[in-house]
Amino acid sequence: MIAADTAWMLASTALVLLMTPALGFFYGGLVREKNSLNTIMMSVAALGFVGIAWALIGYSFAFAPGSGFLGGMSFALLRGVGLDAQGTIPHLLFMSYQATFAIITAALISGAIVERMRFGPYLAFITLWSLFVYAPVAHWVWGGGWLAKLGALDFAGGTVVHINAGAAALVAATVLGPRKDYGRQAILPHSVPFTVLGAGLLWFGWFGFNAGSALGANPSAALAFTNTLFAPAATLMVWTMMDLLRTGKVTAVGGATAIVVGLVAVTPAAGFVGPLGGLALGALAAFPSYYALLFRARTRLDDSLDVVAAHGVGGTVGALLTGVLAQKVWNTATDGALFGNPKQLGIQAAAVLATIVYSAALTWGLMKAIGAVAALRATAPDEGLGLDVSQHGEEAYARGEGAILILDEPPGPPTPAAAPVLRAEGGRG
Amino acid sequence: MKLVVAIIRPDMLTSVLESLFHTEVRGLTISRVQGHGGETERVETYRGTTVKMDLSEKVRLEIGVSDHFVTPTVEAILSSARTGSVGDGKVFVLPVEKVYRIRTGEVDQDAVTPVEAAATA
Repeated sequence: MIAADTAWMLASTALVLLMTPALGFFYGGLVREKNSLNTIMMSVAALGFVGIAWALIGYSFAFAPGSGFLGGMSFALLRGVGLDAQGTIPHLLFMSYQATFAIITAALISGAIVERMRFGPYLAFITLWSLFVYAPVAHWVWGGGWLAKLGALDFAGGTVVHINAGAAALVAATVLGPRKDYGRQAILPHSVPFTVLGAGLLWFGWFGFNAGSALGANPSAALAFTNTLFAPAATLMVWTMMDLLRTGKVTAVGGATAIVVGLVAVTPAAGFVGPLGGLALGALAAFPSYYALLFRARTRLDDSLDVVAAHGVGGTVGALLTGVLAQKVWNTATDGALFGNPKQLGIQAAAVLATIVYSAALTWGLMKAIGAVAALRATAPDEGLGLDVSQHGEEAYARGEGAILILDEPPGPPTPAAAPVLRAEGGRG
Repeated sequence: MKLVVAIIRPDMLTSVLESLFHTEVRGLTISRVQGHGGETERVETYRGTTVKMDLSEKVRLEIGVSDHFVTPTVEAILSSARTGSVGDGKVFVLPVEKVYRIRTGEVDQDAVTPVEAAATA
């Protein structure tokens, strides 16, 4: 075990954990005021539900020795996951670090289904999804599964996290159907500053996500860190120019989106491409996602906060470009197509395709199964009132006017004498 | 001339505006208000403090119309603001003593007639 590695991984774990509330703010700013708490809670709840599911079974499904498709049960309930070394850090720390990935991946899907899904079924969905979709795909790529053996490159989770969540988002939004107001009235972000704040905190946390995926305080972490700094910067610059050329105005929501797209795209590549390769990757990643956003808004697909365009498309572009721009000089593992190894691009494409197909199919099954036992959607009046009040009994910006304090009822039934008096005084007509 | 005052649900505002637009009502004022009309109170809880929200968010529309426009305007609001549950709101029609258009100083009937309509009449 190496003390420096342990120290960096402890810090990285905390950084990645911060990304989930940050995502809550990023998404929360983009929805209407009446649904803002519900949207933030969709991310926050994942910290609890997915975190616990991961500790109890998810980690074992992903990282215990098993077949090429699924890990075994030997780490269930954290049996055998102790303070002994896993690589150069304590096994328990490795498990915690991976838990933060499972949490944010499940939370990412929420962006496609905001403002209309009932909270209970949502909790069931992300918990089961993290066990039966996230954990197996994590096993394929990082747990010694078939994609790892094939040689697919995914440094910090382009396929496992982003393409996986993007495909699930597409299917979940389709099964759930569009919001009742979608395409009928303007649905505007209620707090763009929240969204920009969320994007900033996501970027900060992403240094733990990408540089932490080196699993140590080493040169590979330094490379991933640099790429995490400059690739999104390039995406932001290109996005800004496209905004400027198309409408003459640079939007803040566009800027926040660009940062996330750049971060998504560089995730699989962070430790495999050189700094200039990372820059090029970030710049190129802006185009497909930019046009995917514009195209999606004209369709009936109510992927409300564009998880597909940002994470699905951005992740796919990143995963494929990793197969093009990877350089052995930087990663000591393998070259990409640009450096004389065209085969790598094919392997990347296979990993992307397999993840999309598996994630989409299982997500469809899970949504249908949960939908068979409970209504997935809030009723139309609840949707009109807003999910904050109907699902959570709270308002994000309560004004307090007309609020009457309800004092706790004294235990026991009311005395018979008291009841007629109250009735005699009369209530509201 | 009459003043049509309507109190409606905020989430029905878009459909009411759409309906008024099709009825060719061109001038109106809206304000966000809070009120209570017998709908079930919402109960909210903040850390152990439970409160009953007696007032709900509503939108108030004020529309000055000439007499023959009163019925179409009211019907447009009734048909588009209705959900069928308690809390849909009210429409009031009030007599108006005088109306002035500030820009031109026109009075009464002229003042509540939209400009294009006045030009073609």
